[in-house]
Amino acid sequence: MSSTLKPLRGERAGLLLLLAPTLLGLAIGVFGSVLATLALSFFDWDMLTPIKWAGATNYTSLPHDRMFSVALVNTTLFSLIYVPLTLAIGFAVACLMNRHIRGISLLRALFFLPVVSSPTAVGLLWSWIFAQDQGVLNSFITAFGGNPVNWLGPKVILYSVVIVNVWGAIGEGMIVFLAGLQAIPRELYEAARVDGATAWQRLVHVTLPAMVPSLFFQGVLSTIHAFQAFDYIYMLTRLSNGNSTFPTLVFSVYRTGFRFFRMGDAAAQAVVLTVIIALFTLFYIRIQKKFGAEA
Amino acid sequence: MSRRAEEVRGNVIAVTLLLAGGIIMVAPFIWMVSTSLKLPADQYSRSLIPPIFTLANYHDIWTIMPLHTMLWNSLKIALIATFGQLLTCSMGAFIFAVTRFRGRDALFFLLLITLMVPQQITTIPQFILFKWLGLYGTQVPMYLPSFLGGAFGTFLLRQYFKTIPIELAEAARIDGASLLTIYWRIYLPLAKPALAAFAIFAFMFSWNDLFTALIYLPSDMQTTTLPVGLALLQQQYAGKWTLMMAAVLISVAPIIVAFLIAQKQFIEGISMSGFK
Repeated sequence: MSSTLKPLRGERAGLLLLLAPTLLGLAIGVFGSVLATLALSFFDWDMLTPIKWAGATNYTSLPHDRMFSVALVNTTLFSLIYVPLTLAIGFAVACLMNRHIRGISLLRALFFLPVVSSPTAVGLLWSWIFAQDQGVLNSFITAFGGNPVNWLGPKVILYSVVIVNVWGAIGEGMIVFLAGLQAIPRELYEAARVDGATAWQRLVHVTLPAMVPSLFFQGVLSTIHAFQAFDYIYMLTRLSNGNSTFPTLVFSVYRTGFRFFRMGDAAAQAVVLTVIIALFTLFYIRIQKKFGAEA
Repeated sequence: MSRRAEEVRGNVIAVTLLLAGGIIMVAPFIWMVSTSLKLPADQYSRSLIPPIFTLANYHDIWTIMPLHTMLWNSLKIALIATFGQLLTCSMGAFIFAVTRFRGRDALFFLLLITLMVPQQITTIPQFILFKWLGLYGTQVPMYLPSFLGGAFGTFLLRQYFKTIPIELAEAARIDGASLLTIYWRIYLPLAKPALAAFAIFAFMFSWNDLFTALIYLPSDMQTTTLPVGLALLQQQYAGKWTLMMAAVLISVAPIIVAFLIAQKQFIEGISMSGFK
């Protein structure tokens, strides 16, 4: 018995028709576009004057591009804090949620609320909370006799941006981890109990090993998200002149390409961003393979 | 300690911690509602209950910006994009799940690889193309790419299609049904739960998309979507928090209400992104 239909000669046309959007999407939407960006990164073009060959100068000038280099540092620092924090909190919340208590789905909904809310709208909401001049947080801090914090100023902005992004992502991680936790056979826990394992030992020796695939997967996703962080940060850090106090890589691509129309430079930046994401993904896959082999 | 007592103690600790966490999660929303109901003069008041209740902000926000136009634009674009994604992803998913042809697995692998290609690298030439076609400043670039399938939806629906017994398709074929008929008459109707979950995901993705809207519809309030509208509002009415919070509430309310009604489907839609 086969799990697919036997191919028939007369059905080529139907098959191609159904597959056409996907083929077009792959050819034009993804690979064609990636190649075009790659090619464009070796030219200078402002979409008005004729396009000019630039060699590798768009790449060699990247370290001297102030917005881009700041963005690279910002995005890396942001990811380094954001990814482990999101994973840890999401995992902890999922572990706490993984119980049979009546009404717990109500609590689950609370954690999920930010996930279904428009990041732009919520970003605007957080800009009110973080506002320096009598914003919500500062207003309470001064009421309790503290000094107002410049949440969106250069010293603290990294942490403020992390807080908002983690807050927005906990729910998603929680749901993915919860699905993983519920797939662990209960007998494993029973057996561990019989052997006298404490709650902590059960977590380390039963739960964690079973959750490695989920954790890795969510790790890859969070890293990709982190390097593409844009919406919240756009709403929290944009200045009235359109610059940002905390530019990220995506913000830099956006400004360079779609505000300044330096298409070649923007293309080079997008290529670098893609390479970073690809490297991280491959790195995660390699580690997971190693882990999988040992387990 | 007995097993039962241990469990109860665990439950109490868990619920307490979760309740504390849950309050932190909703606190910003609660303050948003509160601010939106205050008079502009009271916006810095630390009282959660507005000193004087007012709905004026909800009235004023409609007069300073064409909120209904932007709501309609967002809704229209999201509905068309969702339709495009449902249609074209399910078509591809059906082929990958049900048929066999040379290069199928390689093609599917290629499709999966595109999951790690960030939007930014494909956007630049697409922007140039749309501009060349004279579609810059129109809503077409916001939904047209949704009609070209996509790795995420195709993968998701293929997984679901694979759970449908192939014998159904074989029997239909003996009765003379074409691939198209089998797809439309058998697979689509049977995959309603998966389609619903993916529809929610696709709708939210489009509804929330700030980046694409900033690129193609950056400034015209008549054609642009809600996210860009909020960004423009933030700049033009800086410091008018009561107005801004009313606008924020109006833009998050529809999806939150839908979520509270169809929690199960929403959560399925998101957890499917965990690729079980």
